[in-house]
Amino acid sequence: MIARSPTLGQILPPPTERYTVLGWLRRNLFSTWYNALLTALTLALVGLILAPTWRWLRTEARWNVIADNFGLFMKGQYPLDQVWRLWLCLHLIALSTGLMWGVFVRRREGVGWVLLLVPLVSGIGLLVGGVGSGWQLLLMAGLGGGAAWVGSRAASTLRRPTLILFLLTFPLCVLFVRGLDAIGVMPRVPTNLWGGLLLALLITVVGIVASFPLGVLLAFGRRSRLPAIRTLSVIYIEFIRGVPLITLLFMGQVMLPYFLPPGLVVDRVIRAMVAVILFSAAYMAENVRGGLQAIPRGQYEAASAIGLNSLQTTLFIILPQALRAVIPVLVGQFIGLFKDTSLVALVGLLDLVGIARGVLANPAYIGRQIEVYAFIAIVYWLFSYGMAYASHRLEKALGVGQR
Amino acid sequence: MSEPIIIARDVHKWYGHFHALRGITMEVQRGEVCVIFGPSGSGKSTFIRTLNRLEDHQRGTIIIDGIELSHDTRNIAAIRREVGMVFQQFNLFPHLTVLQNITLGPIHVRKWPKEKAEEVALQLLRRVGIPEQAHKYPGQLSGGQQQRVAIARALAMQPKVMLFDEPTSALDPEMIKEVLDVMIELAQSGMTMLVVTHEMGFARAVAHRMFFFDQGVIVESGTPEQIFENPQQERTKLFLSQILHHK
Repeated sequence: MIARSPTLGQILPPPTERYTVLGWLRRNLFSTWYNALLTALTLALVGLILAPTWRWLRTEARWNVIADNFGLFMKGQYPLDQVWRLWLCLHLIALSTGLMWGVFVRRREGVGWVLLLVPLVSGIGLLVGGVGSGWQLLLMAGLGGGAAWVGSRAASTLRRPTLILFLLTFPLCVLFVRGLDAIGVMPRVPTNLWGGLLLALLITVVGIVASFPLGVLLAFGRRSRLPAIRTLSVIYIEFIRGVPLITLLFMGQVMLPYFLPPGLVVDRVIRAMVAVILFSAAYMAENVRGGLQAIPRGQYEAASAIGLNSLQTTLFIILPQALRAVIPVLVGQFIGLFKDTSLVALVGLLDLVGIARGVLANPAYIGRQIEVYAFIAIVYWLFSYGMAYASHRLEKALGVGQR
Repeated sequence: MSEPIIIARDVHKWYGHFHALRGITMEVQRGEVCVIFGPSGSGKSTFIRTLNRLEDHQRGTIIIDGIELSHDTRNIAAIRREVGMVFQQFNLFPHLTVLQNITLGPIHVRKWPKEKAEEVALQLLRRVGIPEQAHKYPGQLSGGQQQRVAIARALAMQPKVMLFDEPTSALDPEMIKEVLDVMIELAQSGMTMLVVTHEMGFARAVAHRMFFFDQGVIVESGTPEQIFENPQQERTKLFLSQILHHK
């Protein structure tokens, strides 16, 4: 006779666990003697760091160095009467990312977050940038949130326009920032006036956008059956990966003029961008190659069997899967690239770090290193974390690891 | 009798020093259903994979629907348009929906407009019994459903010949029948089929001829009656007794 449980065969909810705060503490922080020791040590360490930080914040920190130079940190010496062009770029970015969010991610609570962030961000803008910035930020948040709302409502009809707008955003922004003498209201702003966060972001985005196709081509080149292409790709990748970015930047600034015909002067910012692109492409190639290797042979065979040629197989079958598999790695690389742009300060460009060094050289701000470097660290962190968060959402939206 | 749709004459294939196909000669008529069986490593999969050039053969002649298979990529492309293939591991494209899996070939190889391709795809999904799965991704389907999508994907190119490479070997037992039912229906509709399988029930039901492969050669061939009731070769008898005892 088998003893039958009275609930045999019934569909039951999973058992729930409830515990009190004390119970949770005991279970997670003090479960064993060494766990308790670790908890105590960690708390002590946190205290050791926080206490002096707090003391410094209360007694010594003088943030006027940031407030006085906020514009400089954000945009360098970009002419004040042309700053509206930067705002135009930001509005365009807000509009297109809002639409992308609404059409492709389609999560309503995202809109709620935007509405929550609007007063917050505009408040900060008002505090640090004056009334004008506050209004602009308000408009930006409104555009982004509104676009997301409209996008999620009319997702199917807006698919194509949204994609086109998104692809056009970057070239348009570059055009707005740089300007053209042919456009009367947007005279050209020479690149030596670009600076601060604006310059760091421009170098980053140009680096990502240009090194991406180059890296994909190199990844395929390294897997090519043609020995010449394969060897060239390997040499390029391994050479660049064996050299620190700073040497490439110096080569671009110092050595390049000797190789160019006399009279031809390439802009210093462009030279830095080229160095960053060449550097990033080599890493991109290796990351993409990792994704390509993860594609099973059966995918190539199935594509051949239905008659796709090798270009179609690559575009429709292999690349989409390979790139989706390496999104986390690529975003890691992009974050690294963003932070690496701080090296351009060493070749004399005025990015965030360059501006920081300039500001600190001003006798009025002697001894304000901590404030300045803490501030730019926070700026770098905000953008890096933003990228990480966006990539996380993108992975979810594309269902990485589920399909 | 008209010209055979598949002609293979003295086909040889080496992997390094290993002689995988040692002179295969076979002719298949239009509308004929042929079952290829044999122990693993006998070259049966290799042989049907040479028929659409997933593997190249190094000696001998293969002619499909009057086109000779050679290194000429135009011939390979032409043959692949006429030959559909179903794999043991399904090999669906995981990043595309079922509908996109099926319409990819017709849109980009046959250059059909999207609407026509989707209409045909939906018809085929009804034919294999899963029209309601059109907008799901392969990962959301059972193995049997995935294999039926793979069959629909191959049929969407409107091939003249269908190759099946152990189509039920990766399936759970309860899903084998749903795939075999689709294949039986296809065979009865007059499709020319070459099937590598050990499903002897399927062979008995619809095969016109059977080929027993061992060590890279065709040991014996004949109608299912001849093979099952009166096999001539000892190796055939032994192999059949092994797989039939098991069932």
